[in-house]
Amino acid sequence: MCQAQEQYGGCGWPQGRPRVGCAQKCMKCKEASPVLVIRVGDAFCKACFREYFVHKFRAMLGKNRAIYPGEKVLLALSGGPASSSMLRQVQEGLSRETAKKLRFIPGIIYIDEGAVCGQSLAERAETLLQMETILQASGFPYHLAHLEEVFDLPSSILQHVPHNPAGPKNSYKEAVEGFIRQQRQEEGGGPPLPERHIQEKLAEFCMQDVPRTEGLATVQTEQLIQLFGSVKTLTAKEELLQTLRNHLILHTARAQGYSKVMMGDSCTRLAVKLLTNLSLGRGASLAMDTGFSDDRHGDVVVVRPMREYAAKEIAFYNHLFGVPTVFTPALDTKALEKASIHRVIERFLYGLQAEFPSTVSTVYRTGEKLSATPGDAGLAPGAAEPERCLLCSCALDTNVEDGSALQAILVSEQLSQQRLPAASPAGRGCCQGAEEQRGCCTNTTAPGADARADFLPLLCYGCRLTIKDMTCLESLPLYVRSEAERRKRRALMKLEIQEFLLEDEAVNPGES
Amino acid sequence: MPATCSACCASPAALRRPKTGHALCRACFLAAFEEETHRAIVAGRLFRPGETVAIGASGGKDSTVLAHLLQLLDQRHGYGLRLLLLSVDEGIAGYRDASLAAVRRHHRRSGLPLHVVSYRQLYGWSMDRIARHLGPRNNCTFCGVFRRQALDRGALLMGADKIATGHNADDVAETVLMNFLRGDVGRLRRGAGVGPAGGEGAVPRCKPLRHAYEKEIVLYAYFQGLDYFSTECVYAPQAYRGYARALLKDLEAVRPSSVADLGHSGERLLLRSDLRMPSRGTCQRCGYVASQTLCKACVLLEGLDRGLPKLGIGKHRRLRDKLRDGQPLTQEELRHLGAPAEGEPPEEQEPQGELGTDKEPWGRRELRGPQDLNF
Repeated sequence: MCQAQEQYGGCGWPQGRPRVGCAQKCMKCKEASPVLVIRVGDAFCKACFREYFVHKFRAMLGKNRAIYPGEKVLLALSGGPASSSMLRQVQEGLSRETAKKLRFIPGIIYIDEGAVCGQSLAERAETLLQMETILQASGFPYHLAHLEEVFDLPSSILQHVPHNPAGPKNSYKEAVEGFIRQQRQEEGGGPPLPERHIQEKLAEFCMQDVPRTEGLATVQTEQLIQLFGSVKTLTAKEELLQTLRNHLILHTARAQGYSKVMMGDSCTRLAVKLLTNLSLGRGASLAMDTGFSDDRHGDVVVVRPMREYAAKEIAFYNHLFGVPTVFTPALDTKALEKASIHRVIERFLYGLQAEFPSTVSTVYRTGEKLSATPGDAGLAPGAAEPERCLLCSCALDTNVEDGSALQAILVSEQLSQQRLPAASPAGRGCCQGAEEQRGCCTNTTAPGADARADFLPLLCYGCRLTIKDMTCLESLPLYVRSEAERRKRRALMKLEIQEFLLEDEAVNPGES
Repeated sequence: MPATCSACCASPAALRRPKTGHALCRACFLAAFEEETHRAIVAGRLFRPGETVAIGASGGKDSTVLAHLLQLLDQRHGYGLRLLLLSVDEGIAGYRDASLAAVRRHHRRSGLPLHVVSYRQLYGWSMDRIARHLGPRNNCTFCGVFRRQALDRGALLMGADKIATGHNADDVAETVLMNFLRGDVGRLRRGAGVGPAGGEGAVPRCKPLRHAYEKEIVLYAYFQGLDYFSTECVYAPQAYRGYARALLKDLEAVRPSSVADLGHSGERLLLRSDLRMPSRGTCQRCGYVASQTLCKACVLLEGLDRGLPKLGIGKHRRLRDKLRDGQPLTQEELRHLGAPAEGEPPEEQEPQGELGTDKEPWGRRELRGPQDLNF
């Protein structure tokens, strides 16, 4: 993609590409002069590019039919290009004439992660100020949260809440028609739309309950820094941050009655995420982590409407139409090239994209072929609620199957820690008796290993890796630890009454 | 501080295991590695007593360690297998001839019977000659497709029930990455090699070292003093797999468990059930397993024989259809399929090996020729 007549000096035309001369017209309207090349040879004028961009967003929502009219939708805004562009799309959609108008009720959440990304208090206040200007200008109700607030989360945030059956159960089409009918009646002199009312109220309301940096408890900031300090690798830090951020967004959504959360992941971002999560052992939840809709929490569904846009497309849109963005340092800002799995994958994919221009879209399309639900892949659907990971709420993928990679890893770990059977040629060693063996073989394990041993069975494969990279689990927020306690107690209870349970036996064999 | 072995607590540790990070002494590592392979064989139910197993032997580290281990474990645990070495001679000067010498040395030392099948004998083309036609790219496509068949043919000739290959955990992880990068959904489903026993070829395949780290295989060979040949194939540097390989090395440097993590991911991938998957049929010409009317090897061979080596590479369906219907191709289209430009001297013919001997399981090579091209 390349922009014509660029204001900043221009980059010169890439060699070997068909040149777009000023004489050429926009390939869509055949009238205006083009400003940028979308694909090789396809030059668009500014107006047509905007039309194309806006249409893509609406088409994505229309195709998936996930958002019902009148539904409250929380936009997760980071200030970066993709989510800022998403906010603009929602604004565009809501300002349209009635027939094409988006019919949901938006709100915005911004999470200040400055404490773990190395920002000083002054810098954080500055960033917040910038963000607030954007948020206020949007006219939508908004929620500012600090990552420190994770320490106040209730442990119920980790529990799966089944989707409310009182919600829109009927088909999407009926819901839309019903909504329009209702709207017409109201326009004909009826009472004002309750949602609109609520929206206005919320807008007023939210201006007030904005937490300020000055009022932020420094104790919690320190707790947070200590928590991230106990994580040994940048890879695990990234994962932990993502987990905590998701919990905070989910909490806000639940507390404020939002049933959908919109994330601004672009196609490029998702391609990176696909390969990253694949490398992090999260293959089982790949479709959930990157698909259009993600219903792992049950009541609040995460949707990703920006998934068809390439990062470059978004950058051009933001540039051409003055979408404001705010730069905030991330965890890996200024980190070395090979500092984390995330970095390695990102660098690799961008490098390959430069050589093979279809790389990102191929990876993305491959991701689209994945299935989120085991039922879809041929397993018995809806047999039972699967056991979920404590941290990421995905179905556990840690059942040990014969001949699987997981089994091989467990065998390797076991064989590297204890004495081998006498049949092996290594039958020489100090640990002859079982007592002695216990004594000398456990001394290598670090203190706190017990807590970890209790924790790991509650996690999926990928989250286990994250926790294994932590030196101390004590600094995890209370809601995580107390929910872990609760699940452990439940599991023990279940073990005790196992023989009397009827249907559970068939449901999760071996999971106790 | 000299660490002590975490498995026996007595000897000073000689290495840190790449797979788990534990420090082990030499004896404990060797024992653990052998025991793990044994358990993988038992858990995966890879062999049945009385089976004849052809070990795909390239002379490299993986197959050398595999042959050594299978012989050792067969004796130790009484699998009751008849083991054979099966090598494929692709005809790559300076690479395969040297590695075949390593296989022969192993054959003499171990006493396992050895059989060598060659591309020239099976297809009439050596890799060196193919590479001269094709240029630096896509050689691995030909070699890979041909080797798959060559191993099957060799195994059938030797009366083997199974082929065991030396693919390790790194290979599996690379494949998972590569299938994702190329969007190869069919292969993703077959995943990290669990799949139904039998795989794709005519003879069932298994990978006993599927969960073993490449580095540990080298460590094992090093401590056992095994002799193997280690040089990269002269055509490999241009292969797409190289990108996946480089990425995996970077990932492993960041987090050593990445190799196994990718293997785990690959096994747990769930694909949508509404996808159209290639169905398994047989090649109309040679009878080999194929998802199209002709198997890939026959298409590639056809391209070579017609002087259009790129016929089977990439999506040339339209051109293939034109060829099938006997329509002439334009200069431009011919160039697209890799035909030499006009005025170039024709390539000298290599002495052809004896083709289509009645020993061949699919002894229909004689039918090769443009007249019955039927895609």
